[in-house]
Amino acid sequence: MCNNPTLTTVPAQIIEVENLTKRYEAVEAIRGISFHVDEGEVFGLLGPNGAGKTSCVEILEGLRTPDSGTVSVCGMNPQSGGNAYKQLIGGVLQSTSLPEKIRVREAIELFSSFYDRRRSVDDLINRFGLKEKQSAFYSTLSGGQKQRLALAMALLNEPRVVFLDEPTAGLDPQVRREIYDIIEELKREKKTILITTHYIEEAERLCDRVAIVDNGLVIATGTPRELKQASAGTTRIELRVARPEDAEVLKKLEGVTDCRTFDGYFVVHSKHVPSTIVAIVKHLEATNNELAGLEIATPSLEDVFIELTGRRLRD
Amino acid sequence: MKNAIALTINRIQLALRNRLFLFFSLMMPLVFLFLFLGIFSRGVPAAMPPLLAQVVCITVMGNFWGLSVQLVTFREQGILRRFRLAPVGAAAMLGSSIIANYALTLPTIILEFILARLIFHMTNFGNIWGVLLLCSLGVISFASLGLIIASVMNTMQETQIINQLIWFAFLFLSGATFPLVLLSKYVQNAALFLPATYLVDATQRAMNQSVSLTSLVPHVISLVVTAVIAFSLSVKLFRWDATEKATRNAKLWALATVIPFILLGVYEMTYGQLRRDAQVTFQLMEQRTATPAKDSH
Repeated sequence: MCNNPTLTTVPAQIIEVENLTKRYEAVEAIRGISFHVDEGEVFGLLGPNGAGKTSCVEILEGLRTPDSGTVSVCGMNPQSGGNAYKQLIGGVLQSTSLPEKIRVREAIELFSSFYDRRRSVDDLINRFGLKEKQSAFYSTLSGGQKQRLALAMALLNEPRVVFLDEPTAGLDPQVRREIYDIIEELKREKKTILITTHYIEEAERLCDRVAIVDNGLVIATGTPRELKQASAGTTRIELRVARPEDAEVLKKLEGVTDCRTFDGYFVVHSKHVPSTIVAIVKHLEATNNELAGLEIATPSLEDVFIELTGRRLRD
Repeated sequence: MKNAIALTINRIQLALRNRLFLFFSLMMPLVFLFLFLGIFSRGVPAAMPPLLAQVVCITVMGNFWGLSVQLVTFREQGILRRFRLAPVGAAAMLGSSIIANYALTLPTIILEFILARLIFHMTNFGNIWGVLLLCSLGVISFASLGLIIASVMNTMQETQIINQLIWFAFLFLSGATFPLVLLSKYVQNAALFLPATYLVDATQRAMNQSVSLTSLVPHVISLVVTAVIAFSLSVKLFRWDATEKATRNAKLWALATVIPFILLGVYEMTYGQLRRDAQVTFQLMEQRTATPAKDSH
């Protein structure tokens, strides 16, 4: 079905990954990852640096060979699909570049010429806000402009599947939001997108489903809402106190399901917020401690990650 | 083929925007031209053909550096990874490097001919079509040899070191800068194992004595074999990603490129006439330089 890009499609598993493993000498980068992505879905691999996300995406792009496991994208094997496979995909690589002295328009035109199916270069330049920079050399572009160019180049063949490997890493918040807008537009167009990220906001905002990856394994999969609900249906209380407290003591307070310490503050998860807050205040009074700050929020994917691994995403 | 053409145009555009490339590919050959024809020929046009042949050969051999070094830079900077994600094969990538080299070198050689005629009043270009054909084969062979190095070296630093060593051997042992007959017998024997020696000898004889290519069959075969083996191996050994290091096996494969030259060198040492031909070319040049009045009119 996927081999003919013009066909209208019914939802199907456009990406299938089973028991994927990859080792680089002594380092086991992927230790048996499995997941699937439906057509038209934005699927995120969320995890810290070194979790195995990039290795996984590069195997799916056909840039690396897995040690074991099976991979299928658009019904094809990325490692043996050759140029026919590459006609169907587009991607933004995590670490890549273009020649310094290539102009923006030249780069789009050059890469466009490699594909059988291609979009209008002018449309891409306009859509990605590159009109004013179309004659500029690649070396003179800002980080955001380079990333917009990379996105434009990922879409020039109207790909069936788009791989975005850390598309906003290292960009300032404003540029990151610009990139989010572009990806959201692609999402509205029902493009199948596999995105890797270590930004919680990115995964929550952009992804229909997320696989949380850590140490080369998928440790949870679901929609962001499902994952957060499965995270015990608790509310997150961020607590700052004047003097150090024992997290084990806080864990025993009423309604508390979990409590962890981070750089001088506590993240308390509670099933019943009012009684937990009362219990915290009473405990602080009893120990002559003072409340320095308190914030209440529903749990984020970061909390899910902490609950599953005991670490923060960017630790 | 469509991809190779698009890449070739792009490589030419990028090369013309690169000042270093322009300096080494255009300015340096012209410096050699003025040095050889202006000084070494003592201003005698009749003595110039073998010297112009040397200049032309140095220009052709420059393709050994050429755009192949740029490929290593591209690999180190992660540029090749982006190309790999597109439907582009190694043959198109490497082929475009050779065609772009050729397209950039040929005008320089023609410019050298024009300047030799207009400034140094050289009239005898010998078998000029033969020379151009030898130059074409030379560009492909030497650019392919450069691609082999680019394929098996892991870093730019390694590439520079190995390229310098091979380049100096080509430049100083082949007769391209010092006539072969002026070198010691041992060095002359060693030169028989270098592809550059065959290019220089064939070009000098075609230009100086108007020798036809049918009389230069071993030379032509050596260049063609180099081009075919080096290009095929560079496609086989090509790496897109700097994180994939060249294996020992790959380096052994690369060494296979020297096999035809070992065979050719042994043949030349046993049955060949290359050293005698180089002697004749040199003596002719010496005679013409010594009797300028007769030859220049």
